[in-house]
Amino acid sequence: MKVVNNKVHSVDGLGIMKGRKAYTDDFAEKDSLIIKVLRSPHPFAKIKKIDDQEAKKLTGVEMVLTYKDFKRIPFTRAGQGYPEPSPHDKFVLDEYVRYIGDEVLAVVGSSDEICRKALDLIKVEYEVLEPILDFEQAIDNQVIIHPEPEIHEMFDIGFKPKRNIAAAYEMNVGDVEKSLAACDYVIRETFYTQAQAHVMLEPHTVNARMDYQNRICIYSATQTPFHVRRIISQGLEIPLSKIRVIKPRVGGGFGGKQAIHGEMLVAFVTYKTGKPAKIVYTRKEVFESSYTRHPMRLEMALGADKNGKLKAIDAKVLSDTGAYGEHALTVFMVTGSKVLPLYNKVDSVRFVGDVVYTNHTPAGAFRGYGAIQGNFALESAIDILCVKMGVDPIKFRQENMMKENETSPIFAIMGEGTAGTAMNMDTCKLEECVERGLKLIDWQSKYPRIETEDKIKSVGMAIAMQGSGIPYIDMGAATIKLNDDGFYNLMVGATEIGQGSDTVLTQIAAEELMTSVDKVVIYSSDTDLTPFDVGAYASSTTYVSGNAVLRAAKELKSRMVEEAARILETKIENIDFDGKRFLNINDKKEISLIDFSNQITYSHEQKQLQVTSSYVGHKSPPPFMAGFVEIDIDKETYEVEIINYVSVVDCGTTINPMLAKGQVDGAIVQGLGMAFYEDVQYSKTGKLISSDMLNYKIPTRLDIKNLTTVFVDSYEESGPFGAKSVGEIGIDTPPAALANAVYNALGIRITKLPITPEKIYQEMRKKNEK
Amino acid sequence: MIFMEIGKYYAPETLEEAYNLFVESKDNKIIGGGAWVKISLKRVEKLISLDQLKLDYIQENNAYYEIGAMTNLRSVETNENIKLIYSGILNQAISNIMGVQIRNLATIGGSIMGKFAFSDLIGVLLVMDAKLEFYKLGEISIYEFLDLKKIPEDILLNIKIPKRDSKGYFKKVSKTHLDFSIINIAISKGKNFIIAVGSRPGIAQSAINTANYLNSQTNFTEEILDKACDIAIDELTFGSNLRASKEYRELLVRTYIKRGIRQVIK
Amino acid sequence: MKINLNINGVSKAFLIQENEYLLEVLRRNDYTSVKRGCDNTSCGVCTVLFDGKPIPSCSMLAIRCEGHEITTVEGIEKEAEKLANYFGELGADQCGYCNPSMALTVYSLKKENKHATDEEIKAYLVGNLCRCTGYVAQHQAIKKYLGDES
Repeated sequence: MKVVNNKVHSVDGLGIMKGRKAYTDDFAEKDSLIIKVLRSPHPFAKIKKIDDQEAKKLTGVEMVLTYKDFKRIPFTRAGQGYPEPSPHDKFVLDEYVRYIGDEVLAVVGSSDEICRKALDLIKVEYEVLEPILDFEQAIDNQVIIHPEPEIHEMFDIGFKPKRNIAAAYEMNVGDVEKSLAACDYVIRETFYTQAQAHVMLEPHTVNARMDYQNRICIYSATQTPFHVRRIISQGLEIPLSKIRVIKPRVGGGFGGKQAIHGEMLVAFVTYKTGKPAKIVYTRKEVFESSYTRHPMRLEMALGADKNGKLKAIDAKVLSDTGAYGEHALTVFMVTGSKVLPLYNKVDSVRFVGDVVYTNHTPAGAFRGYGAIQGNFALESAIDILCVKMGVDPIKFRQENMMKENETSPIFAIMGEGTAGTAMNMDTCKLEECVERGLKLIDWQSKYPRIETEDKIKSVGMAIAMQGSGIPYIDMGAATIKLNDDGFYNLMVGATEIGQGSDTVLTQIAAEELMTSVDKVVIYSSDTDLTPFDVGAYASSTTYVSGNAVLRAAKELKSRMVEEAARILETKIENIDFDGKRFLNINDKKEISLIDFSNQITYSHEQKQLQVTSSYVGHKSPPPFMAGFVEIDIDKETYEVEIINYVSVVDCGTTINPMLAKGQVDGAIVQGLGMAFYEDVQYSKTGKLISSDMLNYKIPTRLDIKNLTTVFVDSYEESGPFGAKSVGEIGIDTPPAALANAVYNALGIRITKLPITPEKIYQEMRKKNEK
Repeated sequence: MIFMEIGKYYAPETLEEAYNLFVESKDNKIIGGGAWVKISLKRVEKLISLDQLKLDYIQENNAYYEIGAMTNLRSVETNENIKLIYSGILNQAISNIMGVQIRNLATIGGSIMGKFAFSDLIGVLLVMDAKLEFYKLGEISIYEFLDLKKIPEDILLNIKIPKRDSKGYFKKVSKTHLDFSIINIAISKGKNFIIAVGSRPGIAQSAINTANYLNSQTNFTEEILDKACDIAIDELTFGSNLRASKEYRELLVRTYIKRGIRQVIK
Repeated sequence: MKINLNINGVSKAFLIQENEYLLEVLRRNDYTSVKRGCDNTSCGVCTVLFDGKPIPSCSMLAIRCEGHEITTVEGIEKEAEKLANYFGELGADQCGYCNPSMALTVYSLKKENKHATDEEIKAYLVGNLCRCTGYVAQHQAIKKYLGDES
């Protein structure tokens, strides 16, 4: 391979570094109406009265939008395929507000300042209702967060709003109670994972204008332009054909931009007034009024026999979806489906639980998508079990974990919102990942700990898996066009959001067309111009969209060869195309690609050569990894220094090895953030305390000492040039690896994230009191 | 977007003019670098900039260093001479305040006049026995400044740091490097010990009894250090907030006061 | 009100509000390379050079900038190109939202301390947050740029 799996610069790095217009707000019309949202000061309330008379009189105020301005159409903002596995439980604006930061009304004015002045003049009377702020108290609480009759599920997701349940699920393999009862060793532990904020550096932003065909053209910082178009059409009853959504460069998403944010209000204002409009979320709105990761309680039971065989896994999970049910069921299911198959030799598995409503900021998609929560619980529990059994946790994993060509019954049972897809692990280099990781971290000399005068050095590890798209659901498509002068346009619906997909997809096309990346000009994504793609989520782009690109390139190539055979007056099979010229192998006559493309464009039997191909996965080959952390703990203060994080990853072929490494490095640091630093915190009254970047701390470059990220050789036949996904896998292991390292250092088990020095201190106090 | 409403902006060219504008009304405010003013004030009647008053300087004489109140934190941090005094703790403390960008904007005067509870700077100024010179109030010690119930309605002109042959120790404990302190500890040892602890979560406070106890000792055994820590925990008040509990703060103080003392007596 | 600002060596009149920050004025006038991130000096993406020193434009009142030199990444295009090349080489590009501000800060570091150690580089850039890369590739690229004598 000449382009794929080679050092290739990102196709857009130079222009972006130079500050060229690239991001959504860079393209906002100068005279856009500004939309500012009045947000609820109460966690749960009914709007009794809105007095906006004074505000409306203010010069420059275009309109004040309240729930009365919108037809009551429930929808979900989740940004998923259709029909969505999320409940339709949201209105553009509603009479009820369900968390501090929820939309009360919107002011539309000629400037930010006028909107702020108008907001100051508006008086809203609320009937303040008692909220549910503890997700463990939500089910069958006398408070019902969603009493409205219109809301519904699209198909059975276990939606029971009267019981504050957004979704529920149960899955059984074998009889877990029976298996546990027969085990020689059983451990039970309850884990808690916190909400985490995405903190992509570009805030959510949308702008719109009516174009000269009287259609609405929306720029949005979104991961899912096609879903955005559909949801706007449904929610505002604007014909789909009247909407164009352009996704320019996006400044980070991590799942936070899968759902829609300001799109409804912006589209409504522009469609209604005919004037351009925009919304840029403040950082406070990003924290308070977008989404977080789903906090969870995970009650785990593991059982093993005296021969060191893991026999049963029982996971009872409660997930908090906050005020609305975006991704409630699917995140929950991934907590099981992309975690539990890691140990596929068990007799029985149970995965059961509920996703509940509370009056907190809604939870939504976030890199890892349930798997990081499940991984923390399972991989912590495995170490706990090994301690109880007195066996080596590495050996135990090596004996019980998934291996190549094996399978798990869970794949067939659990999908995302629906039944799953049976599959064998055609590539699974987990054994090699573990072996190499042990060496790279120097496990043998550091496990479990090395004590010095004032510090304890220790190591901990965890293994993980993810998926590559959602089989039979995620579709990606690509169009490739040959231009005169022999270069190509590649148009994809796949959404570059910073992960490098434009570069990776360009490489795939260039490899197949035997050309260089500069001869392939990519464009993503635009609902008018690029073919459909579900968008950037579920680790699908390289695998699903990449396969679509590969198919398109193959088809275009055969179309080109067909035409070359005509020109060179021979049969197709006699044509040799090397990316630069077509050769008739019989008479050695040839035509260069440039001449060929010029001829077919301008001079003889002219035609446009262009193909569109699409791809739907029939399986979701998981990438695997082993993560190892080395830490130093201060013996007196329990401050933890993360010395090194070793990631050994099997993601199939790395299309762009450096960008793949960047995906893992970035995910590891985001995972370390969740494991160690980050905590979405609320006051007792439900107000978000960590609502800005002074109070919500993500890791800085000084906090990251060293990352060692390597890839094992692996080739997934079903993937483009052997690739699987790499976007999410990196985030899963840090919480469990860190918890296990702390145990190895001090003999205490932290079961509640984040693992702060203070929590370690509190646990040590308890231990020392005993 | 965060905005404060400004009635009118002034950049007076004399101190007297600035002072008169300031004392005219409680709604008139002075801006240093402006970052904190931006996020803490919703409305200002008259916003008074000191940009034209030439308060941006660092100079020295035999007795002290004098830092103009409008000198930005980065200039103080990178001053080679200031790095040499008190083992460089002023430089060290400032270099741990957020990023370079904000330190190029924030002024030392603004950082003092805000009397921020989380301030890493104030504890260091305490153990360096710094003096503050105000336009009307004249010179007062940083101790007196902290004792004032209200921030004086006056213009801070400069900060004077006495030249002493003292060793210094500074420790900030925080979650990430960009976070505010969970606790900060500053110690100086010339003839005597001075110890200050900030972000308790209250503003930096001098541990006078602890210092007095240590000043009466000659042999700093483990027992003596333990006793000193007991005194510090006893005389300083600690509390819990988002960043840490009272108990954990006390543990940090015990640990780092000891480590600090060991370092300054080396 | 009207003020004169010198941006990238060109002096121009700008209409501003007294309470407007430099970031708003720049973006409103098409200097869109300067990004909005956190609103409160925590993230670094709004960095511009003020008399050659990096500052957060989100918190600098525009009115205070009269008589000072403002530099955005367009003002150091050649240096940005060099850095972009090392970012490409080391795979340090991801979403890129912080890249123009990174270029300005790194350029300023190079002027102040060309031989910065690893820790000095990290300390100088700690106010430039990145949520994408995990910092490692960026760090390697920045080191190469600092060592580039061209």
